[in-house]
Amino acid sequence: MSGAEKIRVRVSEITLINALVTRFRFERCDGADLPTFSGGAHTVVEMQDGGVTRLNPYSLMSDPYDQRSYTISVRRDDTGRGGSLFMHQQVKVGDEMTISYPVNLFSLDLRARKHLFLAGGIGITPFMAQIQQLERFGTQWELHYACRNKGLGSYADELTSRHPNQTHVYFDDQSQAINLPHLLEGQPLGTHVYVCGPKGMINWVRDTAQGLGWPQDNIHYEEFLAPQPGKPFEVKLAVSNKTIQVGEHESLLEAMEREGVDAPYLCRGGACGQCETAVIGYDGKFIHRDHWLEPQEHESGKKIMPCVSRFEGKTLVLDR
Amino acid sequence: MTIQFNDESFRDDYSFHNSERALKRFPFPFHEDSYMYSVNMEQHRGGPADSVYEMRFDVDEHYVSEMKDRAIVLDQDPLRCQSLPHMTLAGWDLLELIMVSKSEDYPDLFELHREGDQWRWINKPLGIDDSFTFLDETTLPYGPMEYITRQAQGDFAVLDQRDDMLWMDAGMVTTQADWSLDFDIGMNFFEWHAPVPKAHEMGIFVRALKFLLNIQQGAPARRLNWTMTVNPLLDTSPENYHKWGIQKTTLTPENIGRKQHLRVELQTFFRLPRSNALVFPIRCYLCAFEDLMTVPKWGRRLHRVIRDLPEELATYKGFIDNRPLMLDYLSQFDDGLPTSPGIWPDLQSEPPLQK
Repeated sequence: MSGAEKIRVRVSEITLINALVTRFRFERCDGADLPTFSGGAHTVVEMQDGGVTRLNPYSLMSDPYDQRSYTISVRRDDTGRGGSLFMHQQVKVGDEMTISYPVNLFSLDLRARKHLFLAGGIGITPFMAQIQQLERFGTQWELHYACRNKGLGSYADELTSRHPNQTHVYFDDQSQAINLPHLLEGQPLGTHVYVCGPKGMINWVRDTAQGLGWPQDNIHYEEFLAPQPGKPFEVKLAVSNKTIQVGEHESLLEAMEREGVDAPYLCRGGACGQCETAVIGYDGKFIHRDHWLEPQEHESGKKIMPCVSRFEGKTLVLDR
Repeated sequence: MTIQFNDESFRDDYSFHNSERALKRFPFPFHEDSYMYSVNMEQHRGGPADSVYEMRFDVDEHYVSEMKDRAIVLDQDPLRCQSLPHMTLAGWDLLELIMVSKSEDYPDLFELHREGDQWRWINKPLGIDDSFTFLDETTLPYGPMEYITRQAQGDFAVLDQRDDMLWMDAGMVTTQADWSLDFDIGMNFFEWHAPVPKAHEMGIFVRALKFLLNIQQGAPARRLNWTMTVNPLLDTSPENYHKWGIQKTTLTPENIGRKQHLRVELQTFFRLPRSNALVFPIRCYLCAFEDLMTVPKWGRRLHRVIRDLPEELATYKGFIDNRPLMLDYLSQFDDGLPTSPGIWPDLQSEPPLQK
């Protein structure tokens, strides 16, 4: 079986946070406790959307030590593949769903003297759990949170009122911006910086910190990529002895699963490396979108991450 | 299923012994008539009734005596237990994992009562009944990792996971096959495995690390490893090599069946939820050659494995000098008949020794 262990849950609360974001609370169907987790962990939510099974990862944002319920926040993406729309439009309180055990690909470095969090938009969610974890132990942290405007600043008010000294919110529409070089230069030795948000923000933080001489190991980021649509293509799976079609709006991983091929995965967003698959032969070009493989591996034509990457061309044969 | 705990020693007079039941459940590590390294991992989710695989943390007849031996080792050398400052949360994770597992798996021996953060732990075999506040170190006599691993058989390496690497940042190591926590503390996965021959060229460690980094909550894994020990010593540490190393020269054809032990490690791997660290319990099982030879399949197979083992491995495992003596002894129990696949004794189906 692929992916992390599964848990059957019931949706116990749905809360509109703002025009784009809705929060969902899950409790176990069997009434037992949920596993504790570490701040930064995500869960993969299974959605039965008509005939399609969607598996989307969402950061857990509740207190990691609250074993009665988990919460996630889902940002509606009107042009996406439909997972967030399904959550917003189809899921009702009382529905039963399947989620995965927590998996953490964005863990705190517990050696840090101080944790500096930089969030952009919905990227706030993993920090919600991490902040609650750190508060329990009185560890130093500081949050800088950039949002489009006041109306879309999910949890900004809550964080500001609970942690007025640690929380700094920036609104784009008021031309407020994080003064990153200044912020990074003022940090004490042993600070770790964590960034979660759009790709541009992640690159900006990584590049600025590295430019200022921050050690690589002190810079942490998480970006889940959603699979992007693309031209349909055909794949031959050598081990399963099947030839399958990957549709415009599904990923290669999803197409394999649809055809009953058991392919490993964890994050489904190009980050964890679990679904790495060897290429046996190809005639065409790869559209690599993961940030797991090294650039030279992308160029080698020997590997592909089927959760987010695609192919255009005549033939592709995979070792799966 | 009640356990009769042995009163025995792993030093001085070596009164350690395996009962009939302990022998039947001994984790014989060879699934075929030859041996080479492999990652050989499987899910750790139970196993045959009364096997060492059945429970998350196996408790057997040696429990009470092993814990006494651990206390002696720690008294003489407190550095066998170390935890770097950032690993305290992982220590609580481990305490929770062991207490919950043992109280569920052995309700007649262990009880855990929880009211929020107020916990009461009852360990009947060791006569312990402690109340404490979870996540508050000041309410326990030791740090959380030391407290619980003084009550759990086997060594424990607690590994931090950072930057796609595992780090030996905490542990309780008193029953080890010649490696030192004090030496390895703070090292990464490749550093502490550097002495192992052949495995690097085979790419074993790159694959093993990848596997371990991806062990997830709720899905523990396990494997067996093995070596040889003369006399039933739990503490075969580099720190005490001057005491036990020399004992390897005391083997004779007359005493080898009694003195030479196969040492098997049941290694398990659990993701720790609150810290995202990984715990690697290494449980040691000892069995004298003469007891192993009462199982015809194991007699045939052990002879073939030891005979055909590459020289580097026999050297690394520390028995190259004694191998001729071992083979003289073991060959008496090998009649050349085929053996059934798998590690189990198969006493009903395997023929008795034909010579």
